[in-house]
Amino acid sequence: MRILGIETSCDETAASVVRDGRVIESSVVASQADLHRRFGGVVPELASRKHIERLLPVIDEALEKAGVTLRDLDALSVTCGPGLVGALAVGVAAAKSLALSLDLPLVGVNHLEGHIYAAFLTEPDLAFPALALVVSGAHTDLVAVSDHAQYRTLGRTRDDAAGEAFDKVARAMGLGYPGGPEIDRLARTGDPRTVPLPAPMPFRRRSGRIDDSLEFSFSGIKTAALRALHAAARADGQFKADLAAGFQRVVVDVLVDKSMRAAQSLGVKTVMLVGGVAANTWLRAEMQRACAAAGCRLVVPPPSLCSDNAAMIAAAAFYRLRRGGGSDLGLGASSDLSLEQTPNNSLA
Amino acid sequence: MPEVPGPRPEPRAGNISQVRIDTSSPEQTEALGRRLGQLLQAGDIVALSGDLGAGKTVLARGIAEGAGAAGYIASPTFTFIRAYRGAVTVYHVDLYRLDRPQQLEDLGLDELLDGTGLVVLEWAEKAGPLLPAEHLWITIRFRNGDDTRTLEFLPRGPRYTDVVQTVARECASSR
Repeated sequence: MRILGIETSCDETAASVVRDGRVIESSVVASQADLHRRFGGVVPELASRKHIERLLPVIDEALEKAGVTLRDLDALSVTCGPGLVGALAVGVAAAKSLALSLDLPLVGVNHLEGHIYAAFLTEPDLAFPALALVVSGAHTDLVAVSDHAQYRTLGRTRDDAAGEAFDKVARAMGLGYPGGPEIDRLARTGDPRTVPLPAPMPFRRRSGRIDDSLEFSFSGIKTAALRALHAAARADGQFKADLAAGFQRVVVDVLVDKSMRAAQSLGVKTVMLVGGVAANTWLRAEMQRACAAAGCRLVVPPPSLCSDNAAMIAAAAFYRLRRGGGSDLGLGASSDLSLEQTPNNSLA
Repeated sequence: MPEVPGPRPEPRAGNISQVRIDTSSPEQTEALGRRLGQLLQAGDIVALSGDLGAGKTVLARGIAEGAGAAGYIASPTFTFIRAYRGAVTVYHVDLYRLDRPQQLEDLGLDELLDGTGLVVLEWAEKAGPLLPAEHLWITIRFRNGDDTRTLEFLPRGPRYTDVVQTVARECASSR
């Protein structure tokens, strides 16, 4: 079964052709910088207008790279939430039009579910039950995945997402955008013990009492890092490297601690680390170490499948269709769609 | 990032409508937001300003909760707009990532601002001319302590003046 996936929930316009939920025949992602280069210096507008301009060329390119035409497709899939409604609506309208004109099944996919299925593109025989940490610029969600399309959100961020905190701290330090990779790089030459920062909602409190909350909060650590930066007598290169290392370490520690605590309480042996921040090398290494110690198998997609892409959407759709799910042409975009809700998806 | 010109609070001599309230923890800031949210209604606009980490999202969460919004309230930085449904629909908007004024148009901010929801706008200085003349402007400033903040309320319009006076009176009598 060959599925076209479409993703327009935030900044990226993406299309991909995936066969049987595991073979990526093409995956095209147009970001703002990319578009600037490829389409002749046109400065794209934000969100919907930008997606409208890009989507059809991106779909054409995905089909061409896969060496197929629209007639070779068996289904259409699209991110229907959560995200910016105006942006999501562009992808949803395109997918619905194609499904109607080609008379093919349509599957609306939750963006977070898409990130989780990036792990299935990496490891198709991934065993249930599993735990997923979805960590990106917009999300920090711990999710129990008991079976295909069976989700329970265990904890989310109360304020900033982990990736958002990385970007804001990086921007304040004068590093490039996106800030996550910059902090990752800079932290390698820093000493994490030089600039003391408070742990963000650690599950083991200073009093020794265990905080069993699986919620996250990264706003406080962001503010503490910014204050340390502004208070520094000399914010030179080494100071910034130390701050980057210290900041990264406390964020990664709490992500790993809470993931392992959740895995242990659920008794799961498979952990998926997905979303844009899963590309962070320190997070990957620490999660790998913790999983190995706990006897868990860690599945982390390659960086190209961690950041927003459409292959993950087509993969999620494959498993929904295989179980008799799908959406009708009444599918709409929803800004605050939770994993537990699946609009217009009749799961058999 | 180039600064987008926008309305700024202009402290005027004898401006009795401007009010300052100090808070000493994020919890206090959130509680103040909740009280404010109870006094606000659909169609109202709250414009928040303040440096990174000042507590705009904390205050916004309080306001949304106070207004009776349902759902999970968190930072909208990456998705620009979060909508919380409930007794009142609260649109939680964050313009942090905008760097050009024309992007506002694409975001559909004008539609939200003359709509039927309560709009809470973070990084409101970037809204420029799109911000309606009547609104409640709140600037959050750092003080010396890690968790201490000063909230400066600048109501634009009689309705917001009443709301701010009510909150100020309550804060004064509880001390």
